[in-house]
Amino acid sequence: MLGRTATVVVLGLGLAFSTAASAQEPLKIGVILPYSGPFADAANQLQAGIDLYLATHGNEVAGRTIEIVRRDTGGPAADVAQRLAQELVVRDGVDILAGFALTPEALGAAPVSAEAGKLMVVMNAATSIVTEQSPYIVRTSVTIPQLNYAFGQWAHEVAGVGEAYTLVADYGPGHDAEAAFSRGFTEAGGTVVGSDRTPVANPDFSAFVQRVRDANPEAVYIFVPGGAQPAAIGRALADRGLAPPDTAIFAQGELTHPEALESMGETALGIITTFHYTLERDDPLNNEFVAAYTAANNGREPDLFSIGGYDGMHLIFEALKATDGDASGDALVEAAKGMSWQSPRGPMWIDPETRDVVQTVYIREIQDVDGELQNVIIHEIPDVKDPLHGSN
Amino acid sequence: MTGQIAIVLFDGFAFGMLLFLLSVGLSVTLGLMGFINLAHGAFGMLGGYVTILAMRQLGLPFLVALPLAFIAAALVSVVLERTLFRRLYRAGELNQVLFTIGLVFVATAAATFLFGTVQQVVILPSWLRGSVQFAGLNFTTYRIFLIVVALLVTALLVFGLERTRLGAQIRAAVDNQRVAQGLGLNVERVFAITFALGSGLAGLGGALAIDIVGLSPSFAFHFLVYVLIVVSVGGLGSITGSFVGAALLGIGDVAGKYFMPEFGGFFIYLFLVAILLVRPLGLFGKR
Amino acid sequence: MSATDPTTGTTDPKIWMRRQGRWSAFEILAWLAALTPFFLFPTYLPLANQIAIAALFAISVDLILGYAGIVTLGHAMFFGLGAYFAGIISVYGWGEPITGLLMAGAFAGLIGFIASFLITRVQHLALIMVTLGLGFLTLELANAMSWLTGGTDGLRGMNRWPVFGQFRFDLWGYTSYTYSLIVLFICFLLSRRLVNSSFGLALRGVRENVKRMPAIGSDHKWHLRKIYTISAAIAGLAGALMAQTTNVVTLDALSFQRSADVVVMLILGGTGRLYGAILGAFIFLMARDQLAGVNPQYWYFGIGILLMLVVLFMPKGILGFLSGLVSRRGK
Repeated sequence: MLGRTATVVVLGLGLAFSTAASAQEPLKIGVILPYSGPFADAANQLQAGIDLYLATHGNEVAGRTIEIVRRDTGGPAADVAQRLAQELVVRDGVDILAGFALTPEALGAAPVSAEAGKLMVVMNAATSIVTEQSPYIVRTSVTIPQLNYAFGQWAHEVAGVGEAYTLVADYGPGHDAEAAFSRGFTEAGGTVVGSDRTPVANPDFSAFVQRVRDANPEAVYIFVPGGAQPAAIGRALADRGLAPPDTAIFAQGELTHPEALESMGETALGIITTFHYTLERDDPLNNEFVAAYTAANNGREPDLFSIGGYDGMHLIFEALKATDGDASGDALVEAAKGMSWQSPRGPMWIDPETRDVVQTVYIREIQDVDGELQNVIIHEIPDVKDPLHGSN
Repeated sequence: MTGQIAIVLFDGFAFGMLLFLLSVGLSVTLGLMGFINLAHGAFGMLGGYVTILAMRQLGLPFLVALPLAFIAAALVSVVLERTLFRRLYRAGELNQVLFTIGLVFVATAAATFLFGTVQQVVILPSWLRGSVQFAGLNFTTYRIFLIVVALLVTALLVFGLERTRLGAQIRAAVDNQRVAQGLGLNVERVFAITFALGSGLAGLGGALAIDIVGLSPSFAFHFLVYVLIVVSVGGLGSITGSFVGAALLGIGDVAGKYFMPEFGGFFIYLFLVAILLVRPLGLFGKR
Repeated sequence: MSATDPTTGTTDPKIWMRRQGRWSAFEILAWLAALTPFFLFPTYLPLANQIAIAALFAISVDLILGYAGIVTLGHAMFFGLGAYFAGIISVYGWGEPITGLLMAGAFAGLIGFIASFLITRVQHLALIMVTLGLGFLTLELANAMSWLTGGTDGLRGMNRWPVFGQFRFDLWGYTSYTYSLIVLFICFLLSRRLVNSSFGLALRGVRENVKRMPAIGSDHKWHLRKIYTISAAIAGLAGALMAQTTNVVTLDALSFQRSADVVVMLILGGTGRLYGAILGAFIFLMARDQLAGVNPQYWYFGIGILLMLVVLFMPKGILGFLSGLVSRRGK
């Protein structure tokens, strides 16, 4: 009983504080990311996306100054993310929760968003179920099934591949990718001839790539997390001569990000990937975005994290404009539902049913463009929704 | 089937040689002075970043960058040894653990500050890329190179230990520190040199590792676990032990993943626990 | 109980133990200070809860490391087992916190008892590495059994009931911290009794000189197995507390990072003193929170400097340093 009374008292104080604040206080956004530890690079890229948006659009919207409060989880620690979310709401009085590079971070913070009624913008965490954990969650990144289900269909129907081998990282996102690609591929009529999973902390891919080589499939589908692994597996593929055109290589876009391409060299030619953001896509909005981003980050190019953070800020800004500065979770989430806009990644909108992102999926091939290896878009699938929402 | 086994043995052995270079220094210093240096991996990381700097900023070829990595790691380690570590030799194991962990934190922060969080990529010369056909099998060129370098280093180490005056001093100090000191041997100086040598090898290992496992500021922590496994399985203070232990772990890991991929993540730890329960001092440990 | 008389000094061991068991003013003050977040810093309750859990986990490690000389780099294994046990039973319909907590502790203790047969076979580096190996194997197993644990995405569908059917776990952390603090206090009392008993003395004997213990008729392996089991159970309780107060469990509960962090906290505070575990957890997490508040990217630089300074200037840990100051002034 004591606990409940105390809750009511503090809740009352908190609410009184936040209403009194809205008149003159800045609008606070609490950003929860793994700024330190093995996923620090994802956090940095995402933060750079947020910073770029603020730098180009100003940090004032609907009469309120935006203030960013950054909090570090150190990695996929749900309990830490939850505590940080609680503290951001209770101690720092933030109006909006944002960030979330990793699924466990989002899962930890979701109950806080639900209980406190705060808009929670998921700027990366790509597991389907994330948006179902709180009615205030909106996602501006991507989901893994979104990219890979359609890709699996395309691989059989358009690319004409009959048999494929799958090789994915042995953890949640890897399992999702394997399931989505295989489902799309087999439903279209293809056959999965083998599948292996690589340990997440895998320092050496040689054994797995050798297995694929021995099976000699028509095509191999690969999913590895961004970071060190794309370059490592890329080199293992290249060194073992597992490369197009002898074997078709399909993957999610992480495999051909710039650093990995650099280390693979021209053996990467012909690799086909599926992604929602293509750095090289020739489009005025994207060119401007890439130029501004590289200028602000010592030549570092934007990636999926950057675009997730950038579009996440766009959503927050537009929602605040629509509510005229009202930062209550209910008002903001209503404003976000169905919102659509032109992003540097291409057209995208928020599905009002699931609060999840709907966007174009790009299928790209590595080609030599004026002596430089680039992801060249060879096919576009517009308005792709996450195929898993509502199905389970 | 024999072809597959040959390839797996080869790949695993090459990976093991990488582990050997990264860990042999820790094995010797731990065995010699009983100093628990959990910051050993940080010297590997240092070597890696020196290589990147040398190649990117100075435009030096890979083969020149490698000895630079060795020298830089050795120099930095000897400075740290003379200024900080030597105060800790009698401070107890737990304090050594705490201090060197603290150092890893600082090194990681420094690397993040200087080089950013991005994954570093090394562009190998073309003669190290691709693979070599032999008896109908593909052997990766870079892994052949790794094995050659590691064997060369081992040969030098063994020769140095067996044939040189310093080697004799190191052996004496490892075998019985007190008696060696009593005979007028400057054990502290011997240790400083050994320490520099071991850290230098870690630096070389770090440089060679970039192409296989990548390089980022979390390298120092990430590889600590592997290094500790090799050292404990091989046995403290034994070069042979580290060599055999690293080779076995590399081959076991790759073979395990190849033949039973569904248990890929378990093998290295199963080996570790099983070997230590049967031989608590490691395969070649004496004490 | 008094058949084994491990002390060699002149004091009667019974008197010595009674003196050790007495409460000092410092201790009472310290526990009163633990109540201040309720009144003075209510917005720090979630952090206080996390510190209480970390302190309990550190106590479990102190029992084996500080009192019995078992250095471990894999104790998150038991923390995680407790967390997953408490979480999974709540997914399958039993969300009553207190029974869930006790069952989770018992489960972790049972696994600890089985593991203790392996642990007592080895010493020194091999001991550390066997604990590390077992920790990683458990982590891999939990990842492989994602149908049960939810794998990397975390356990889904947990449903904890209010404590005593009355106190709902609120967003602000009142219930959580009260609950965790009471569990911490009870476990602390039990541990305190334990280390000041003749069993505690026997453990110290094992720590100081394993070879002599059999010579004085003490079955040191049995002592070690017993304390290892107790320690595993307490670590399991800490894990279950985390699962129940946050309503989420992810693989991170079993991670090497968690095993290493708890050892760092313990050494930082001072080993072989239960308060060292609590103080270490407090300082480490507070420092991390404050430094990360200033700069979320480079906070660990400050932590690293802190650890190095403590080793150089307070070789017996912070608590050892403080108690040295107090006793020097007393004389």
